[in-house]
Amino acid sequence: MLEVKSLNFAYRCGRQILEDVSFSVPSGACLAVLGNNGAGKSTLLGCLARLLRPQRGRALVDGEDLLAMSAAQAARTVALVSQFAPASRLTVYDMVLLGRRPYLKWDFTAADRALTEEALERLGLEGLALRYADQLSGGEGQKVQLARALVQQPRLLLLDEPTSSLDLRSQYEVLGLVSQLCREKRLTAVVVLHDLNLALRFCGRFLLLHGGRVYAQGDPSVVTPRAIRDVYGMEAEVRELDGVPVVIPSFSAGGAG
Amino acid sequence: MKPTTVDTGRAYRRHLGRKRLTLLVLLGILLLACLLSVCAGSAGLGPGQVAAALLGGGTPESRTIVWSVRMPRAATAVGVGFALAMSGCVMQSVLRNPLASASTLGVTQGASFGAAAAIVALGTSAGGSVTAAHPGLVTLSAFLGGMATTAAILLLSRVGGASPSALVLAGVAISSMFTGATALVQYFADDVTVASVVYWTFGSLGRAGWGEIGLIFALCLLAFCYFFWNRWNYNALESGSAAARSLGVRVDALTLASLTVCALAAAAAVAFAGCISFIGLLAPHMVRRFTGSDYRFLIPGSALAGASVLLGADVLSRVVIPPTVLPIGSITAFLGAPVFLSILLKGGRHGCWR
Repeated sequence: MLEVKSLNFAYRCGRQILEDVSFSVPSGACLAVLGNNGAGKSTLLGCLARLLRPQRGRALVDGEDLLAMSAAQAARTVALVSQFAPASRLTVYDMVLLGRRPYLKWDFTAADRALTEEALERLGLEGLALRYADQLSGGEGQKVQLARALVQQPRLLLLDEPTSSLDLRSQYEVLGLVSQLCREKRLTAVVVLHDLNLALRFCGRFLLLHGGRVYAQGDPSVVTPRAIRDVYGMEAEVRELDGVPVVIPSFSAGGAG
Repeated sequence: MKPTTVDTGRAYRRHLGRKRLTLLVLLGILLLACLLSVCAGSAGLGPGQVAAALLGGGTPESRTIVWSVRMPRAATAVGVGFALAMSGCVMQSVLRNPLASASTLGVTQGASFGAAAAIVALGTSAGGSVTAAHPGLVTLSAFLGGMATTAAILLLSRVGGASPSALVLAGVAISSMFTGATALVQYFADDVTVASVVYWTFGSLGRAGWGEIGLIFALCLLAFCYFFWNRWNYNALESGSAAARSLGVRVDALTLASLTVCALAAAAAVAFAGCISFIGLLAPHMVRRFTGSDYRFLIPGSALAGASVLLGADVLSRVVIPPTVLPIGSITAFLGAPVFLSILLKGGRHGCWR
């Protein structure tokens, strides 16, 4: 369970990026953070990943304040999957094993290696275990990041546009895995996404940001044509197809509306 | 057939075994290089005489040559090689820059200025020896020079947001500044001191005594312990600083402390052996081919390779025009500059310069 309470972030001598952002996500749910460029999506994720320090506000994970934790404690609570899989010259096995870094004393134990091997198998990466990470495809790289996040045994999983550099098939595969893992491990996930239809397909909760403020939050019903017009500045229809809402933008070359 | 977890674990252990073997091979090469270095020289001792002298036998003359000339020389090369290669390896990690090393970023030149200033200020030791009067103070001064450069590099990469290639260019500017400053210090010094400083900047493995060798090995041991303790943190940094932070690595503290230890090791090497460039660049890149960027193997592997390369370069410097010993700094520069250029070109092609 993640509860964010009146988060405020501004760059030094800059404009306010996040203003009084509050929301909550229950355990096992996947929250899609939506909004146009500059709405503060990545900043919000940066604050939750402790890469940025918010001026005010709290982020509670199962009641514990994330922003007050030590670096190691936070790393045992939150895992981050970034937009691009890192192209380092480490084997996939070692990349995933790094997820145990927050638990490391002097060297990794047999238990750490067992968890790593389990995660590799869970994500279908056994065959690639000894491949160097810079030889992987985009989709494989994102699965490696997911496996690393998994062995971190976090309670909160943050994903920053995890599918933006992937082909169609990998996009569905990776997000499908994320929502599956969330249900299985009772993880809370926060995903920044640009594709509304992917979000509607795989996420149960939605947070719409507009100009650094929360426009709406809740179940898929908050994604309405009106909300899309206000947040993205363009007209769209929302239709239901086999029980899944689908957004169909009606874009004309002259601009929106 | 789909591999199972057991197979994955076994394959990984085999993979680690191969990398350990790489380290063993490197250790073997280093031992061979040591032997070669002790046997090579203009005194015309055969391997048998050298072996006898090493074991305490042989003529008093051969014992003197082996124990007072060749052994200290080889030991200095090993210690200096360890220090330069390890610091280059770690600088490449924390600065996320494949071209980083003590000499390419100007740390060597900064330390060199510090040492030259100290030699001029304190004078040379009595008896016309080429070593300085107070080796400890010279090292300290070299360290301060190296640290000043490190601070400038850190400031440029963090606050100025310089790209890896810009950082190397900054290193060029910083080194020319320190070279100029060293020349200025020499200009105001007396003839004997100037000769000592000039001779010293050529780089020589022949002037450190056992006390200094002990000091550099102690520093290498401390540096190695610190670097090896952080091996997984450097591995985490390979995925970028945001990923490392999310894995609980305190990136800023790690960078600062690592660069300080690097500067200390490089400065000690410079203080005892003068300007020896490119070892810190050459060794990690040679080892990377076999171990990838896994710092568990890269740190000890670089140290072993750096020592071997320096020993080899030293042998080369003694056998090209015997009995003249060519400046070791020139030999390593001839070896290292092509590697530097090849990394530069490869980086440009793959577009890994941000």
